[in-house]
Amino acid sequence: MKKIINDPNEVVQDMVHGLVTAYPTKLKVVPDTLVIAREDAPVQGKVGLVSGGGSGHEPAHAGYIGKGMLDCAVAGEVFTSPTPDQVLEGIKAADGGEGVFLVIKNYTGDVLNFEMAAELAEAEGIQVEKVIVNDDVAVEDSSFTTGRRGIAGTVLVHKIAGAMAENGASLQEVKRVAEKVIANIRSMGMALTSGTVPAAGKPSFQLEENEMEIGIGIHGEPGIERKPIASADDIAAELVERIMNDMEIPKESEVAVMINGLGATPEMELFIVNKKVQSILKDRGIYVFQTFVGEYMTSLEMAGCSVTLLKLDDELKSLLAAPSEAPAFRI
Amino acid sequence: MQLDVNKTIQWMQLTNEKMQANKDYLTTLDQPIGDGDHGINMARGFQEVASKLNEGTYTNISDVLKDVAMTLMSKVGGASGPLFGTAFLKLSTKLKGEEAVKQDIFGTALTEAVSGLKQRGKAEEGEKTMVDMWAPIAQFFLGDSNVTADGLLSKAESALANIKEMTATKGRAAYFKDKTVGHQDPGAASTYLIFEALAEVWKGDSER
Repeated sequence: MKKIINDPNEVVQDMVHGLVTAYPTKLKVVPDTLVIAREDAPVQGKVGLVSGGGSGHEPAHAGYIGKGMLDCAVAGEVFTSPTPDQVLEGIKAADGGEGVFLVIKNYTGDVLNFEMAAELAEAEGIQVEKVIVNDDVAVEDSSFTTGRRGIAGTVLVHKIAGAMAENGASLQEVKRVAEKVIANIRSMGMALTSGTVPAAGKPSFQLEENEMEIGIGIHGEPGIERKPIASADDIAAELVERIMNDMEIPKESEVAVMINGLGATPEMELFIVNKKVQSILKDRGIYVFQTFVGEYMTSLEMAGCSVTLLKLDDELKSLLAAPSEAPAFRI
Repeated sequence: MQLDVNKTIQWMQLTNEKMQANKDYLTTLDQPIGDGDHGINMARGFQEVASKLNEGTYTNISDVLKDVAMTLMSKVGGASGPLFGTAFLKLSTKLKGEEAVKQDIFGTALTEAVSGLKQRGKAEEGEKTMVDMWAPIAQFFLGDSNVTADGLLSKAESALANIKEMTATKGRAAYFKDKTVGHQDPGAASTYLIFEALAEVWKGDSER
């Protein structure tokens, strides 16, 4: 294992403190926790937005904290859900009196720990609502999940729900719009190499020099198929096809596109994938409202990418285009 | 049976001793179906419970059980932390204001714990999870009006034996379906230790 770290067991602590000191006017850490919050949290009179999960997916989730997106992110150990006491601290730090909204990626550990925290918060008189994001069309019921996994599409749920909350919407309205995003968003990824969990010290899985895995999860969970590596165009076409087999996107629809790098894929390659995705959509008569290319939901140093498509209506378009001051998602 | 503050603490201390003694066994059960850390996590969690209870002074059962719940959920981690945390939190809530808990009240509290577990884990009885351990024991306390420690022990043993022959349809183990028949569920095995400890504390009491 070759990594720029100190103690493998302290990577999350070290990262969290490095992150908040990088943005001292925007972020703060809740003392004695791994909860990162907006500097001005809790924002009175606004629904608080909280997300989080295992670390190793940076800039998710703490990079999405800021006016127009999240109020708090709770960081677990690498690829491990944060515990309910930590999530509860996040909920309290985000509570500005109008209730708190949780955005949870669909992994068994995350769902259990966040739901438990929600119950504890309700016992303390904080109103809590939640959504569970399951945008990955690759597989049902994998190593850490019942149903589908939550991956890069989660970032657009943060963006749109965050804009809605910033507009002063109620907890129920934030939930409605987040559910609308989830109903209209699909993703799928692929990998060339594995990441290495620092405490484990060796790669989570092995792919041969000429191999790729289609539909892999962001913790290295098995995908659909391992096969010889193909061209960027073929990879892009396969990911888009599988997404569109799952969700119909009629001609004349408007979509947002996210081409997400998994940690070790150069932007050059992501743009090459994007070129093909755009041309497929154009050929099908689908309009692209906005495109995001970069690292949004990584898997340590995994090489690979995911493609996300979100079908938009006027409401989602205006929320997507609204300003965001989050360090990793500025609009 | 009559449970008071001291006996509740004794129950948890003895549970800790059992978790430490069975750490490797629980981990062995988890290896073929999970990520092989159940024994390590439960041993760590109950070790923390034991030190927490040693440090504190308690005047009621509900507070003891609340500290047990909060410690388990923050120190066990994974899926087991919130599940055992939920069970003990429900016991704590239901036993609020009770000073000397008799078997029927304890049975009612266990029933609450069972519904908490079902809700949190989205599991029902018969799916080879720890619910199949907690549920028959709750019924045991609500049944015969004069239950004994030996009765509890044999109820726990028979529940554990039944679970071993079930097919997993919930949790990570469900991935292996029929292969789970004849394999003991790690969460059920650790739950057994909790009730074995209760039976022993109870028995020690009646012999005194």
